[in-house]
Amino acid sequence: MRAAVITFPGSNCDRDLAVALETCLGQKVARVWHADRELPPVDLVGLPGGFSFGDYLRCGAIAARAPIMAAVRRHAERGGYVLGICNGFQILTEAGLLPGALVRNAGLRFVCRTVRLAVANRNTPFTSAFGAGPVAIPVAHHDGNYVIDREGLARLEGEGRIAFRYLDNPNGSVADIAGVLGPRGNVLGLMPHPERAVDPLLGSEDGRPLFASLLAAA
Amino acid sequence: MSAPSDELLAHHKLDRAEYARIEEILGRPPNLVELGIFSVMWSEHCSYKSSKIHLKKFPTSAPWVVCGPGENAGVVDIGDGLVAVFKMESHNHPSFIEPYQGAATGVGGILRDVFTMGARPVALLDALRFGDPAQPRTRHLLGGVVAGIAGYGNCVGVPTVGGECTFHRAYDGNILVNVMCVGVARADRVFYARAAGIGNPVVYVGAKTGRDGIHGATMASAEFSAADTSLRPTVQVGDPFTEKLLIEACLELMERDGIVAIQDMGAAGLTSSSFEMADRGGTGIELDLDAVPLREAGMTAYEIMLSESQERMLLVLEAGREAEAAAIFARWGLDLAVVGRVTDTGRMVIRHGGRVVADLPVAPVSGASPVYDRPATPPAAPRPLDPAFLPTGDDARNSLLRLLGSPDLASKRWIFEQYDWLVGADTIVPPGLGAAVVRVHGTNRALALTTDCTPRYCAADPREGGRQAVAEAWRNLVAVGARPLAITDCLNFGNPERPPVMGQIVACIEGMAEACRALDFPVVSGNVSLYNETEGRAILPTPQVGALGLVEDVDRLVRLDAAREGDLLVLVGECTGWLGASLFLREILGREEGAPPPVDLAVERRNGTFVAAQIAAGRVRACQDLSDGGLAVAVAELCLAAGTGATLLPVAAQDPTGWLFGEDQARYLLAVEPAGLAPLLEAATAAGVPAAEIGGLGGDALTLGRCPPISLAALRAASEGWLPSLMGERAAG
Repeated sequence: MRAAVITFPGSNCDRDLAVALETCLGQKVARVWHADRELPPVDLVGLPGGFSFGDYLRCGAIAARAPIMAAVRRHAERGGYVLGICNGFQILTEAGLLPGALVRNAGLRFVCRTVRLAVANRNTPFTSAFGAGPVAIPVAHHDGNYVIDREGLARLEGEGRIAFRYLDNPNGSVADIAGVLGPRGNVLGLMPHPERAVDPLLGSEDGRPLFASLLAAA
Repeated sequence: MSAPSDELLAHHKLDRAEYARIEEILGRPPNLVELGIFSVMWSEHCSYKSSKIHLKKFPTSAPWVVCGPGENAGVVDIGDGLVAVFKMESHNHPSFIEPYQGAATGVGGILRDVFTMGARPVALLDALRFGDPAQPRTRHLLGGVVAGIAGYGNCVGVPTVGGECTFHRAYDGNILVNVMCVGVARADRVFYARAAGIGNPVVYVGAKTGRDGIHGATMASAEFSAADTSLRPTVQVGDPFTEKLLIEACLELMERDGIVAIQDMGAAGLTSSSFEMADRGGTGIELDLDAVPLREAGMTAYEIMLSESQERMLLVLEAGREAEAAAIFARWGLDLAVVGRVTDTGRMVIRHGGRVVADLPVAPVSGASPVYDRPATPPAAPRPLDPAFLPTGDDARNSLLRLLGSPDLASKRWIFEQYDWLVGADTIVPPGLGAAVVRVHGTNRALALTTDCTPRYCAADPREGGRQAVAEAWRNLVAVGARPLAITDCLNFGNPERPPVMGQIVACIEGMAEACRALDFPVVSGNVSLYNETEGRAILPTPQVGALGLVEDVDRLVRLDAAREGDLLVLVGECTGWLGASLFLREILGREEGAPPPVDLAVERRNGTFVAAQIAAGRVRACQDLSDGGLAVAVAELCLAAGTGATLLPVAAQDPTGWLFGEDQARYLLAVEPAGLAPLLEAATAAGVPAAEIGGLGGDALTLGRCPPISLAALRAASEGWLPSLMGERAAG
């Protein structure tokens, strides 16, 4: 599986995501600059965590309008995989590639801790390799409180597009939502950081099945 | 300028003698711009005029030290062709005035000190001291400082992995915010701040210059009075997004050749950066202030030279490399402007509006600042505890629970969960488990990092306290299996013009220096923060230590949460039950008295060397240094980290309070697999190190000798409850 990671000004998990992808996919990952207009030929595009454009205006709002995002949109429309983690998730909602929005945590503070997640739908290209039990993956965000209107939530629930739910909700997200899929199932946004959970030295390898799922899907 | 008024000199924090010296150096009176420059360059903050002669007592070299004090940060060799670059700096005064921005810009400043040397910052630590938790202002300050550190550090993407946070009413009017940054660079790619190459361009990069922070360095060198909240305009505002871009752009430029010198614009901004670069290079600089990118119109030369706007750097490039550098900075959306050139005149010539507005000799301004040997009253010897006084108080169970829930020992989870401690995906040992351990990216090595100081010891006996701060840092590094390499420091004290305070400064420095020498643990960088007093009341002497050690193989490190049921507990070191100046005495009995535990540096070294050898031999699963709260607290913390109970064997013929809560130094608690016990004890005997099996791990409660068991849940509730409750929240999880 060929993958690319986009760097926006203020991205700070771009290296971590590239390293995790290279570890789990066994292949060099292309690095793409936000001002580029084309993606290299890849199967997966990763939008990393961080504070793109300083989180000024709204988290992800400015990055969602970066030149590269038109190419990301075309890639998604072609059925290519898109993975947005943390700030990447915020960018995908701001770009309209995922429904809903991420607002300030209910506790109003940044929170960095390992949380337990339930894999809510194991029948997706991002989750097929997960087992049945809960997984432990770190979160680190100030604006991870997922909100969506009632109809939108019903649609997500009905279409099996909630990929992950918090078992100990750290941010007040509606329906404990930690990650959601786009309408075609090829775009995933999630607040937890699977790329920080691929190395036993860091305390958890529970992020690996996400990348293994993608490898199997390609 | 005719003879300056007292008011003008007072505003510039210069006295008549210093002014006379300025006139003597120049052979004429200075103009206002020049007076402003002298004012900041000769401020305590920039010139170290009260501490310089004493700082010389620190050992600063070792075979692994690449660069000691005097540059932007210290540099030590960590093998594999890499170096660690680190420094700690205070941002006390600004953080008291405006806690969020004060702390945030403290983080920004220390980051720049590190990446200016070519290192990618890989870790931040924060040592925080606040006043009485019962004061509403303490909550306001704590909340603001933590949010400021989080807001800045999280955004720039450097993990905040450790630090301290303690409380004492002596900090009511002067909190301490000491921030340490550690970076990693290639050994052959370390950059220094020595302007050289006549004709080379002097280049300004980063944020535009505004009117913020003018005279911040002089403010940081003054006492507060109650009316000083009006100083708010001198606190700078941080922009971590620009800092992140600046880090990436500078590191990208550093990958190429072409940088001759680079220095961040920190305290005293353009003034100190230009003077220090010229001074270190033995050159002169011509500056054209009309080329400086400005945030607002109509700024005077005085304001431009003294602005402390954040996120700015000054570079000297090889002539002809300007376009290449400009392209890199433009890609990152940052300003770059050629603002001057290097000369051979040894003078700083500053033009503005086409006129020369200042013309000063570099060396006397930077190097010939006044140096004072201020009168110091040697600290009085602490009165030992009255031998007739035998602590009774609560039973051990209650005492332990109260200690675990006391401000200094209570879990700081509420703080560190606001920091992104994992960004970079190299944080192996997270906050809250002793020294933090951060892997050197892409290698099998790691850096162990800790901050330490016990201000109540320093108050009782400054020399012993200075020794103890260094020794405890060394122990904390040994306890994770690291080889201690070097320290940085922030020396926080009151007004040095008062002889008793000067006495504390001298004794603490001398104590630290003794420990550094005895433990081969040199000082490679640091700063001094004086005048931490309000209306004559000084802080506790707080010579904060930040220390770095090297873990050669991450697979060999030991960590507290690796201990498990069935492990045996071994206490290394001698226990006399020392309760003087202990946390037990203060928190349980409400008494702040007695001498602190003596630090025998030879014993420290012997015991630490022994423990390190046992860790290297693979006999130790977890190791905890004994400090505040003594053995009982160390065991409780081990239990909480490992998620298992423990039983301490009853000890006959000993004062149980001293045994459990005494703070004798040079001690470690080890969790050992049963098979490792005999060889470990044999090795201890051979090395002449006191070591004894004192119990074992298992169950879900902690049993201290004959006391009723304390459930893990009760320990956890005591430890985790205090800080969230102080901040008006329920404990998490």
